[in-house]
Amino acid sequence: MKSSLKMALGLASAIAASTAVSNAAHAEDLTLCWAAWDPANALVELSKDFTKETGIGMKFEFVPWTNYADRFLNELNSHGKLCDLIIGDSQWIGGAAENGHYVKLNDFFDKEKISMDDFVPATVVGYSEWPKNTPNYWALPAMGDVVGWTYRKDWFSKPELQKEFKEKYGWDLGPPATFDQLKQIAEFFQKRQIDGKTVYGASIYTERGSEGITMGAMDVLYSYGFQYENPKKPYEMEGFVNSADAVKGLEFYKALYDCCTPPGASNSYMGEGVDAFKSGQVAMHMNFAFTWPGLQKDENVGGDKIGYFVNPKGPGGAQFAQLGGQGISVVSYSDKHEAALKYIKWFANKDVQAKWWSLGGYSCLNAVVNDPKFPASQPYAQAFLDSMAIVKDFWAEPSYAPLLQASQKRFHDYVVAGQGSAKDALDGLVKDWTQVFQDDGKM
Amino acid sequence: MLNRTAENVARATPEPLARKVRGISDKGLAWLFISPTILLLLAINIFPLFWAIYLSFTNYRANRPNEVVKNLGFANYQRILGDQDIWIAMQTTAHFVFWTILLQTLIGFTLAWLIDRKFRGHAFWTTLILVPMMLSPAVVGNFWRFLYEPQIGLFSYVISFVSGIPPTSIQMLSNVSMAPWSIIIVDTWMWTPYVMLICLAGLRSIPEYIYEAAEVDRASNWRQFWSITLPMALPFIMLAVLFRGIENFKMFDMVNLLTGGGPGSTTEVASITLKRQAFESWRTGYSSAFAIILFVAVFGLANIYVKALNKVKQR
Repeated sequence: MKSSLKMALGLASAIAASTAVSNAAHAEDLTLCWAAWDPANALVELSKDFTKETGIGMKFEFVPWTNYADRFLNELNSHGKLCDLIIGDSQWIGGAAENGHYVKLNDFFDKEKISMDDFVPATVVGYSEWPKNTPNYWALPAMGDVVGWTYRKDWFSKPELQKEFKEKYGWDLGPPATFDQLKQIAEFFQKRQIDGKTVYGASIYTERGSEGITMGAMDVLYSYGFQYENPKKPYEMEGFVNSADAVKGLEFYKALYDCCTPPGASNSYMGEGVDAFKSGQVAMHMNFAFTWPGLQKDENVGGDKIGYFVNPKGPGGAQFAQLGGQGISVVSYSDKHEAALKYIKWFANKDVQAKWWSLGGYSCLNAVVNDPKFPASQPYAQAFLDSMAIVKDFWAEPSYAPLLQASQKRFHDYVVAGQGSAKDALDGLVKDWTQVFQDDGKM
Repeated sequence: MLNRTAENVARATPEPLARKVRGISDKGLAWLFISPTILLLLAINIFPLFWAIYLSFTNYRANRPNEVVKNLGFANYQRILGDQDIWIAMQTTAHFVFWTILLQTLIGFTLAWLIDRKFRGHAFWTTLILVPMMLSPAVVGNFWRFLYEPQIGLFSYVISFVSGIPPTSIQMLSNVSMAPWSIIIVDTWMWTPYVMLICLAGLRSIPEYIYEAAEVDRASNWRQFWSITLPMALPFIMLAVLFRGIENFKMFDMVNLLTGGGPGSTTEVASITLKRQAFESWRTGYSSAFAIILFVAVFGLANIYVKALNKVKQR
């Protein structure tokens, strides 16, 4: 009886001790919040090295893109402690900085000798700085991303199609250099029979609910001459947002939607675009560069069948692309700042960044992307580099959400629903955005 | 004898439990039992209502907790009532409410009338008709989104088969003129059984002897329908209209799942606008004012309707 009692006590102590040890081990576990997508899986893989090096466990909270902003902005606004680290969207940076959601990283960067000069300049401005173009850093550039294009190289290289195209348009069928050329290619492929299947010209962004059509339309508008504001007078939008060139750009986007997209593609964003391309429906596909590693590996459309090109030039020769991507920040409401900063220090390391790129993430570190071997490291590496050199981003103002909702409505009403003219849409946008800035007391 | 019986009854009746235990009266005990519900109601319904009324007079934004909240008076209300987009959303809502109620009432009552004939297998058909109503709106929305798919959807295929129009030209959710109807079709498919059930209850409540008397008077079937069936079932039909009207005025899930308010803003009903303002643009004060306006509109219309319903019942 005594021995059984001893055994039971011993067992209980062992269980208690093991639980204590386990609790101690997990006391410094960090939770990283991000969107649920391929790069997030790559980050899980990458972060195993961090745990090995530091003993700090990593937990991940990934939310689908459709709920990403709602979920995490709610979490930040309610001062939640769920996320110790967050990879927040580029547009959030203004609001997150002004509302105190993110820890300012300047002192930490100085102490750890992490220099923002070591990162691609556009990503520093886009993902880290608030106010823009000032040395106030709230994030480390984590995932470089930009809107670019993929195309069906195998279709483009069919001799009979090349011949027919040349006869019709007078130039060789290949990746387009201008938007006019892009439209010609899209028209050429629209409703064409290839391998016994009806195919379509291009998949472009048309989604209404979150940010899709804005990202797509802006991708075109920038190169046509759209500007957010008077460079000499902030928040003066009349004549810039609705300039004659911007109107032409929006008209082009609608024409592209009307002529050359698959049937029913009126609410298409990243996922729908990937589906359209993977299922062999479209000749060209507008999407963020993060989709490229997955498409490259695809058995049906990847490998030698896929090609990549940078967003084409506008009629005046200007060439820009819509910035995507995110920076990694420490959430100010977390109790584990020290461990979270350790992660950022580790993530900024050159070897880690090189591995990040090899796993399918997009490094923003100059040492990685400017490595002479980088362009040949993946078939899409050069297109990514060229695209990142021409990026522009949407407003990163604290009021980015109503600004975005206004453009979503105005663009969708005109491009998809065909209501009013492009001029009406952009005039309306000036009106909406003016109201937002007036509410903010900035005008 | 009577007195003795009363005494016995009094003796046999136990002293109220509360009084026996802690000196609490019956009324006190009743309050004790009901208070958790009342507290819950106050916390979940009444407090948020008053809080929303307060917020509707401010510039509060839920995503700017650190910002100073300013009192704007009636500015939010003025802005909403002067906003053309809000009026378009209200018109879109009215369009949905009108057509869904009309179709659901007509089809629902017809089905109830047919089922009430008690033909062979009527129980099976009743169950079958009720199935859509029992499904989750999320399931129904996604299910119909696939059916409407122009390239692979069954709906497009069937319409194409019947009309000869290529299926890829039948773009129910992308086409500006078809998108509102695609939602009306789904809502009618899902909620007609509900109207049918209420109408069926109404039809079954009509006493058989009234029809027997009409038979004796040699009233035709048509005459019986117009003079007995319809007037006596009318309060039930009106009740169904009231329920569906209130529900469809705040219709959100189906629109959100099928079109998200698009194409453009073609199907953007008031509830979608409200959600966009509150949880996408984060204009909390402004959206609270809009919610109050919607609440008052539904409450006012429902009240007028209930008065009309009572008059019909009294006839």
